[in-house]
Amino acid sequence: MHSLNYHKASNASEAARLLSGTEDGKFLAGGQTLIPAMKTRLAAPSDLVDVSGAADLRGITVSGRDVTIGAATTHAEVAASGELRNVCPSICEMAANIGDPAVRHRGTIGGSIANNDPAADYPAAMLALGATIKTASREMAADDFFVGLFETALEDDELITSIGFTAPEAGAYAKFPNPASRYAMCGVFVARGDGGVRVGVTGAGADGAFRAGEFEAALGGEFSAEALNGISVNAEEMLSDIHGDGVYRANLVSVMARRAVAAAS
Amino acid sequence: MSEGIGAPVKRKEDKRFITGKGKYTDDIRMENQAYAAFARSPHAHAEINGIETSAAEAMSGVIAVLDGAQLTGDGIGNLICGWAISSKDGSPMNMGAWSALATEKVRYVGDAVAVVIAESKEEAQAAAEAIEVSYNELPVAANIAAALADGAPQVHENAPGNVIYDWELGDGDATAAALAGAAHVTEMDITNNRLAPNAMEPRSAVATYDDAEDHYTLYSTSQNPHVARLVLSAFYQVAPEHKLRVIAPDVGGGFGSKIYIYPEEIVCLWASMKTRRSVKWTAERTEAFLTDAHGRDHVTKARMGFDSDGRIVGFKVSTKANFGAYMSLFSSAVPTYLYATLLSGTYDIPAIHCEVLACYTNTVPVDAYRGAGRPEASFVVERLMETAAREMGKDPAELRRVNFVKEFPYQTQVIMNYDSGDFEGNMNQAMEAADWAGFTARKAEAANRGKLRGIGMACYIEACGIAPSAAVGSLGAGVGLWESAEVRVNPVGTIEVLTGSHSHGQGHETTFAQVVAERFGVPLDSIQIVHGDTDKVQFGMGTYGSRSGPVGISAIVKACDKVEVKVRKIAAHLLECNPDDLVLEDSQVKVPGTNKALGWHEVGLAAYTAHNLPADMEPGLKEGAFYDPENFTFPMGCFVAEVEIDPGTGKTDVVKFVASDDFGVIINPMIVEGQVHGGIAQGVGQALLEEMVYDESGQPVSGSYMDYTMPRAEDVPSFVVEHHNTRCATNPLGIKGCGEAGAIGSPPAVINAITDAIGNNDVSMPATPAKVWAAIQASGTSMAAE
Ligand SMILES: Cc1cc2nc3c(=O)[nH]c(=O)nc-3n(C[C@H](O)[C@H](O)[C@H](O)COP(=O)(O)OP(=O)(O)OC[C@H]3O[C@@H](n4cnc5c(N)ncnc54)[C@H](O)[C@@H]3O)c2cc1C
Repeated sequence: MHSLNYHKASNASEAARLLSGTEDGKFLAGGQTLIPAMKTRLAAPSDLVDVSGAADLRGITVSGRDVTIGAATTHAEVAASGELRNVCPSICEMAANIGDPAVRHRGTIGGSIANNDPAADYPAAMLALGATIKTASREMAADDFFVGLFETALEDDELITSIGFTAPEAGAYAKFPNPASRYAMCGVFVARGDGGVRVGVTGAGADGAFRAGEFEAALGGEFSAEALNGISVNAEEMLSDIHGDGVYRANLVSVMARRAVAAAS
Repeated sequence: MSEGIGAPVKRKEDKRFITGKGKYTDDIRMENQAYAAFARSPHAHAEINGIETSAAEAMSGVIAVLDGAQLTGDGIGNLICGWAISSKDGSPMNMGAWSALATEKVRYVGDAVAVVIAESKEEAQAAAEAIEVSYNELPVAANIAAALADGAPQVHENAPGNVIYDWELGDGDATAAALAGAAHVTEMDITNNRLAPNAMEPRSAVATYDDAEDHYTLYSTSQNPHVARLVLSAFYQVAPEHKLRVIAPDVGGGFGSKIYIYPEEIVCLWASMKTRRSVKWTAERTEAFLTDAHGRDHVTKARMGFDSDGRIVGFKVSTKANFGAYMSLFSSAVPTYLYATLLSGTYDIPAIHCEVLACYTNTVPVDAYRGAGRPEASFVVERLMETAAREMGKDPAELRRVNFVKEFPYQTQVIMNYDSGDFEGNMNQAMEAADWAGFTARKAEAANRGKLRGIGMACYIEACGIAPSAAVGSLGAGVGLWESAEVRVNPVGTIEVLTGSHSHGQGHETTFAQVVAERFGVPLDSIQIVHGDTDKVQFGMGTYGSRSGPVGISAIVKACDKVEVKVRKIAAHLLECNPDDLVLEDSQVKVPGTNKALGWHEVGLAAYTAHNLPADMEPGLKEGAFYDPENFTFPMGCFVAEVEIDPGTGKTDVVKFVASDDFGVIINPMIVEGQVHGGIAQGVGQALLEEMVYDESGQPVSGSYMDYTMPRAEDVPSFVVEHHNTRCATNPLGIKGCGEAGAIGSPPAVINAITDAIGNNDVSMPATPAKVWAAIQASGTSMAAE
């Protein structure tokens, strides 16, 4: 029978120390991805280091338009934060539609982006908001962080501590949920800020979340749904599965982008 | 308020279910209980070269590792299909061998190869993973087309070309002639998507062998424990019937999938004898997807011919049915006598011919699933009617009206004899409740919001209450399909009703008691319904095919008839009156208008004290009955679905759904409405969401809820459920049955509505957003709407 050791960390440095002493340990945050993987025996870590109670990994701070979200902050906390909603309602709305209430009260932003599921919602937001992902030792731009399907720039055993971004002037997320899983079949996060317009797309890309450059350029000229008419992503670079082929997903990217822009403007 | 027939009394069983006190098979804990875990094939088709179990045997907690060679060595028999179907040429069906643990070959992903019995579930699972099976992979036939292609891999040696049977029903020549002479012929290719049953409670078994008594007890998630015992005993040679007790306690949904006896129950019983331990197994959800019998999976070509007035002149249907890797218990009957016999629909069709080619594939076995054959038939008939109306430029309701069967009894060209109904009445009621006339305005309003709105109807009919035993026997059934009941009045007047029906969500403890309460004029809570235990109930054929009402209740009525005769005799003797002058009401047996009255309980007591009974009367008050139906029953109805489609994404919202059903006499309208709700949700699930997909290599692609879309509350509107009932002419209470109707009539109604909305008739189930969007692109409707 497979047995494992469970450790509970009270802060980030303890978490890192606990994990370094293990054979094949993993951080456990909300457990909404890792525990199901263990139940179906797709993952079998020797140790779990629970970071969900690490005080310095939790909470949301807003200073002016600068936002910092602790890695172990749950989706429900992001959804419910009044302070955050004042400056960046779009991310609150996005978090409010992840999974179901049980998932939202356990699942965390850090766990979601560390996992980088190609259908997860947060990666689109991180790309569009130009977020910075912080670990104990370094900071990475979202553009560099998301590498491929379930792949990030994190080293083994590197712990995300927080996420930072500057709230955009306008933003919105439009999601078309996968009928079965309710993850994103296509989610488009549009943000208009100082640096122009950024468009993050999740669920649709064959290589995971991506930025839609042509969309950004068009919207930089005119921030309206009409500006996107006639522009689309390459269907061949989209995911194709039993829920929809690349052509359909490419269409969803256009449709969701237009709806996000309409909601943001 | 009355508690009798027609009263919407709350369900007696719900207190224990809602408070978490239900007792399901997995709740059973035996002393000395061990756990089973199965090693299953990861390949869809492979030869087994060897099974290496030593590593598993050495693991902690492992009691035994057993395989198919040991199982067959101990004389455990192969699984069987209990309904013999012959091909057109008279040859018998080609049934391939199905051992509970595969020996030479595995034939689908999930096929069980070996079992570990261990002290804990976790230890059993870990050891099952450590069993090393060496496979020689073989080419795979993962679907109907692959299985029937030239040179296809052979799933079973004795089924050349993977054909199980090539069967027909009806008059081929007459139908061909009618179609040749038709003014209009509508032709369609139709796929009925494969579904996974997904009962909330997974299958489970707890088997105990008693060494001293040489006796077995099996707790099992079964819809028919007596059939399970019969088959386990007579065919699988596990134990003779008197040495085997099967108990199906609370069961959390079946939808057909728990009719069949599966390898796991056989193996648990056998392993319990081998290890002298109680052996428990409960499926994980993944195992449920891999091993529960799936439903549907037909590919059909259909041609319906009309005369110039729109009257149907002939109907030809050619269907290929996927049976999976083995023939499950009732599989052969589903695409034949439960399907082709309903192809007349609600219409007077003078010539029908149906051909069915059944084939093996390297997928999990397919068998009856809520509706079983009848949803497939209803889908074919109602899609063709709708399409024909569009092609001929006729109003779909009018086309149906012209063709409805209007006089009863009506003998169809495909065996069935409809006893009663008012098909037009149901259609009128449904159209009115749906405000059919106001649809055009609603469509225009939706277009303003950028939505495509469509409306569709389906007039389904089904055959329930399976079935007259002699009739099904002549058609190949291996069993009779009567039902039994025993009514026991206790000395204090309380009543136990033993029934061979089995409740796994239907509310029998309430409805059956309502019938008896009304019959004897006693309170509902003085009646207990006993079911699901072969030691308590002598025999029964179980619950499926909406048979518990028409057949199970009829048996209870028959036993009540006998009890009532005796009650009257005893009371007449004591009251010195004529038995026929007595009435049974208000817990009394009395002569109205006189002071001659006995309490119901006094009659019971008199029967058991036997101090003063009529001469020659035996003591006691208990009667049994077997009821064999004289005909099927024919619930029917008209469903109207209204949908709105987002042209940008292709997503369909069912915004309105009206059902007008004819269920005959209704015992408990609340429970019946619940059955309709559940059935429609399942049908909407089939129409829009659900599909069990295998890839070319036979790997299940939608084998979890990440990819298999179950209907959720937000996928269905608040249903409008109406009734326009006509009494069933062939059973004592006039009941037709209601358990499957919702799942039978709703898929064609929904697809008819979608195709109406988008102006493209080419949409298959499930009508996923991607498919609907593609169909919109193909038809160009999107531009019009945006
Ligand atoms: C039913 C269901 C529905 C869902 N629906 C959605 C949905 O609609 N959209 C969506 O986006 N997601 C969805 N999810 C996923 C959910 O958002 C998870 O919360 C998320 O994927 C993982 O977060 P977690 O905190 O649970 O991480 P865990 O499961 O605890 O961990 C996931 C991985 O991240 C690692 N990890 C965790 N925290 C850190 C950290 N701070 N630094 C480095 N590595 C870390 C872990 O070691 C592990 O490898 C759903 C999940 C379920 C169960």
